[in-house]
Amino acid sequence: MSGKTLYDKIWDSHLVKEREDGTSLIYIDRHLIHEVTSPQAFEGLRLAGRQPWRASANFATPDHNIPTTSEERKQGLEGIKDPVSKIQVSTLDDNCSEFNIFELKMNDLRQGIVHVVGPEQGATLPGMTIVCGDSHTSTHGALGALAHGIGTSEVEHVLATQCLMQKKMKNMLIRVDGELPTGVTAKDIVLAIIGKIGTAGGTGYTIEFGGEAIRSLSIEGRMTICNMAIEAGARAGLVAVDEVTLEYIKGRPFAPKGALWDKAAQAWKELVSDSNAQFDSIIELRAADIEPQVSWGTSPEMVAPVTGAIPTLENVADATKRGNMEQALRYMGLSGGTAIEDIRLDCVFIGSCTNSRIEDLREAAKVVAGKKVAANIEMALVVPGSGLVKQQAESEGLDKIFIEAGLEWREPGCSMCLAMNADQLGAGKHCASTSNRNFEGRQGFGGRTHLVSPAMAAAAAIHGHFVDVRKLA
Amino acid sequence: MKKFTVKSGLVMPLDRANVDTDFIIPKQFLKSIKRSGFGVNLFDEHRYLDKGEPDMDNSSRPLNPSFVLNQARYQDASILLARDNFGCGSSREHAPWALDDYGFRVILAPSFADIFFNNCFKNGILPIVLPRQTIDELFTAVLANEGYNLEVDLEQQELRRPDAPDIQFEVDAFRKRCLLNGLDDIGITLEDAELISAFESRWREQAPWYFAQSDNGATENSEAAGEHQS
Repeated sequence: MSGKTLYDKIWDSHLVKEREDGTSLIYIDRHLIHEVTSPQAFEGLRLAGRQPWRASANFATPDHNIPTTSEERKQGLEGIKDPVSKIQVSTLDDNCSEFNIFELKMNDLRQGIVHVVGPEQGATLPGMTIVCGDSHTSTHGALGALAHGIGTSEVEHVLATQCLMQKKMKNMLIRVDGELPTGVTAKDIVLAIIGKIGTAGGTGYTIEFGGEAIRSLSIEGRMTICNMAIEAGARAGLVAVDEVTLEYIKGRPFAPKGALWDKAAQAWKELVSDSNAQFDSIIELRAADIEPQVSWGTSPEMVAPVTGAIPTLENVADATKRGNMEQALRYMGLSGGTAIEDIRLDCVFIGSCTNSRIEDLREAAKVVAGKKVAANIEMALVVPGSGLVKQQAESEGLDKIFIEAGLEWREPGCSMCLAMNADQLGAGKHCASTSNRNFEGRQGFGGRTHLVSPAMAAAAAIHGHFVDVRKLA
Repeated sequence: MKKFTVKSGLVMPLDRANVDTDFIIPKQFLKSIKRSGFGVNLFDEHRYLDKGEPDMDNSSRPLNPSFVLNQARYQDASILLARDNFGCGSSREHAPWALDDYGFRVILAPSFADIFFNNCFKNGILPIVLPRQTIDELFTAVLANEGYNLEVDLEQQELRRPDAPDIQFEVDAFRKRCLLNGLDDIGITLEDAELISAFESRWREQAPWYFAQSDNGATENSEAAGEHQS
């Protein structure tokens, strides 16, 4: 008999009921909430006269709409200039207060992007099922939790029943073998994976990331990888629990303490795929082959190594694919054959649930220290993922390094990753961004996004175009 | 949930793969705290020539004449014919809300993104996965024949074409029942409330660390929280 994958184990332990056609009720341990996808769900509860099934399983923080300049933040809700955004944030406050849900409000020191804050507070624990009305919930899989995004109807469903109706996904293993070369980061690994399997490559699967290169990453690096599992089409990404996981969680506010910690840690050590587990699909990459990546198009699968060039269309046989590439190049104002290093930039964004944690900021600061942002860069934002990340960075003097180099040091939030607040990329502008999506208009109407690692974004800020960060050492 | 009652409809082709949910409904419209009124901003960045904002008078905005949605022959379409990986990206349910509000009740594609696919069923929209070759045939037929309609028979899981053999499609038995009867998911799940409570008690014993108190202000205080009592 074959063993179980990590996904099988978490699924089985949370199975409340399975119907004949495989539709199952799965118990949810943690529900994360933000202001954009929850108001209609709370309204649904109210209309039906329902209460949350287990209010303490919920954890809320506003992140998408909130301003990131300190002047605006000092004014509290009044500082949110867009009245529609302000209503959304205050509606979250009201709903959390009405339904007795824990919320880190906008100006709480611990507030931040929900996918940064959850793990930081220990609200994300191994073996949990975690959902949130946000596709980047896959981030939490880095701690061995089964975590994925849901729509607003399901947000209401989880609030009311503590369960989700689901069908089990298939199992995919992506193994990255060997040692990661210097200057190549978690972001480059995941962009290379998406470049290889495509944005639908993981559709229908839960992806477990394994292999030496993954195992050697910190939890923050693993979060960057799992965060973008959704960009490969997989709702959930997972990394098996090891000592690094336990070390990260121990002592965090929501983590178990004392004797309960010992028992939990013992149980969590089982959260690995059995050696004889069967995967429906296995993808292998060699870490040594991975170079710093840059996206050139309007889909995260449109990536190339920094040493390479934008692909030319002649060799693309599939008509739909060629059409997509043509459309992407037209939108991006680029042409096939252009060297990646020749792409000129106007803006730089360092932030988002993919890359706004302390290690990301350290990497970026290292590159810009003692240098100045290039003259052609009109805007360069550094937006920490949480108030605590910001505080830590300031205690290390990173804020000063960024400011002296000419970058703006902002308050925590989602910011220009999706530009729901005032931080927006102008039409036609090229942005080196550490975020996760380069869709048309994602960072602002007509904006042109290039996805890169924090070090690559920092290097681009200094040089005004992409440069191979490995050459700067 | 609204019952699925579609019997037939005009088909509109959207010949583009990887249509993401930002394409379907841009982020600025996600600031609404309502579920309705998103239809006029469906495909906003492609349908209009200017940048859309919430509370704009959309009737006076310049239309993009080359975008398929604006072509006279596709007005009142209720079936959307799409390409691979439709609905990828963000989990925003505003995407199916916008499609539904505009009038699309059936989406045909060779593949869908998982979260979007799931969100459709919660809103009485039927997403149908068809073989790539069938999708290609449909694109050809729709472009060649103005007013191309399909009959939809969810009960029999069949699409009927005017010009070619019927197409069988798959749909989960449970989802089909919910669509046909307009069943409320939460209501159905709460029929199993005892089962959920029993699971929860067992799980609380087996893995108490997931129910532990935090030292951070959030407490496991079921009475104060007015939590479910079984």
